Amino acid sequence: MKEQFEPVIVAFCCHYCAYTAADMAGSQRLVYPPNVKIIRVPCSGKVDSIHILKAFEKGADGVYVAGCLDGDCHFKNGNDKASRKVAQMMRYLEEIGIEPERLEMVKMSAGMGERFARIATEMTEKIRKLGPSPIKAAAA
Amino acid sequence: MITAERKPLEEILAYIKPFKRILLLGCNECVTVCAAGGRKEVGVLASGLQMSRLKDGSSIDIREHTLERQCDPEYVEELVPMIDSADAVLSMACGCGVQQLAMRFRDKPVFPAVNTKFMGGSDRHGVWTERCQGCGDCLLGLTGGICPIAKCAKHLMNGPCGGSAGGVCEIGDDVDCAWHLIWERLKALGLTDQYMEIMPAKDWRPAGGGGPRKIIREDLAE
Ligand code: SF4
Ligand code: SF4
Repeated sequence: MKEQFEPVIVAFCCHYCAYTAADMAGSQRLVYPPNVKIIRVPCSGKVDSIHILKAFEKGADGVYVAGCLDGDCHFKNGNDKASRKVAQMMRYLEEIGIEPERLEMVKMSAGMGERFARIATEMTEKIRKLGPSPIKAAAA
Repeated sequence: MITAERKPLEEILAYIKPFKRILLLGCNECVTVCAAGGRKEVGVLASGLQMSRLKDGSSIDIREHTLERQCDPEYVEELVPMIDSADAVLSMACGCGVQQLAMRFRDKPVFPAVNTKFMGGSDRHGVWTERCQGCGDCLLGLTGGICPIAKCAKHLMNGPCGGSAGGVCEIGDDVDCAWHLIWERLKALGLTDQYMEIMPAKDWRPAGGGGPRKIIREDLAE
């Protein structure tokens, strides 16, 4: 059964970096797994705890927030705020009983199409190994 | 403001274990400002509780609501239309709000979802420190605006103990000695004479030592 498991991964992508990098990956014809569902946000700092939690609650197996490289946030420090929020939510997931590794903060620039594709692939592989989220597993 | 922190999820889950329908209540005042029990935190807790149940193959019916102020009967009255559809109430307000609910809805189990910490202020974004212990007879006018009760572990009234060293309290390196701060401030204000005045033993009755405290404003009370 586990071999056939196709994880659902939600990626909150900042408009100024990761979202553009995803575009770049597309125009470079780089292949990345279709498991990753992109949600464009105006800044990674705009992603709220509740957005991350609702993604898991509604059935995501993995979630990542993708913001600009350190010091490069379009809005000064939204990416730092996002990192702290993600760290906090990782601790909360642990309390809930969901593996914190299912959540990640990543950083890239708008030109890093290759990095975008690589992260999408790595995240998909990591979650595939972890298996379905405990919430999905319980519902099955 | 009154500061608070969310209780561990495990403790909250244990409280609500026997119940199926929960009314989860935030408060728009202090606990919103200290990011412990406002609308946002209510949403985060509701989702966490729901996921904890879902992963065990069950689910829970949580209704989220945030009152303007949970420690005032006027606002608590708002809950009347929704209280019957809940088996239990979970409050993210400070202990005052929780008790207001318990007094109003006597046949409903009411549980706290936060630990009420102290009366304090914000040092910077995300950091709050204790400032006042509500002693009922404020001394700040004599101590340069720095409270020797809330900020000195020993509640000393007449200068520092022997543990004050280089401005730091003996209880820990990250704690300023309140009396060092008071002295420096009085010096800066040219009020060191005030320090020389011996403060008499403090009457702790207004601080709560005389039993639960109450304020009655004759002009307002009906
Ligand atoms: S002296 Fe009493 S009332 Fe004044 S700040 Fe300290 S504890 Fe509060
Ligand atoms: S070192 Fe200062 S703050 Fe600490 S207990 Fe002594 S007098 Fe109070």
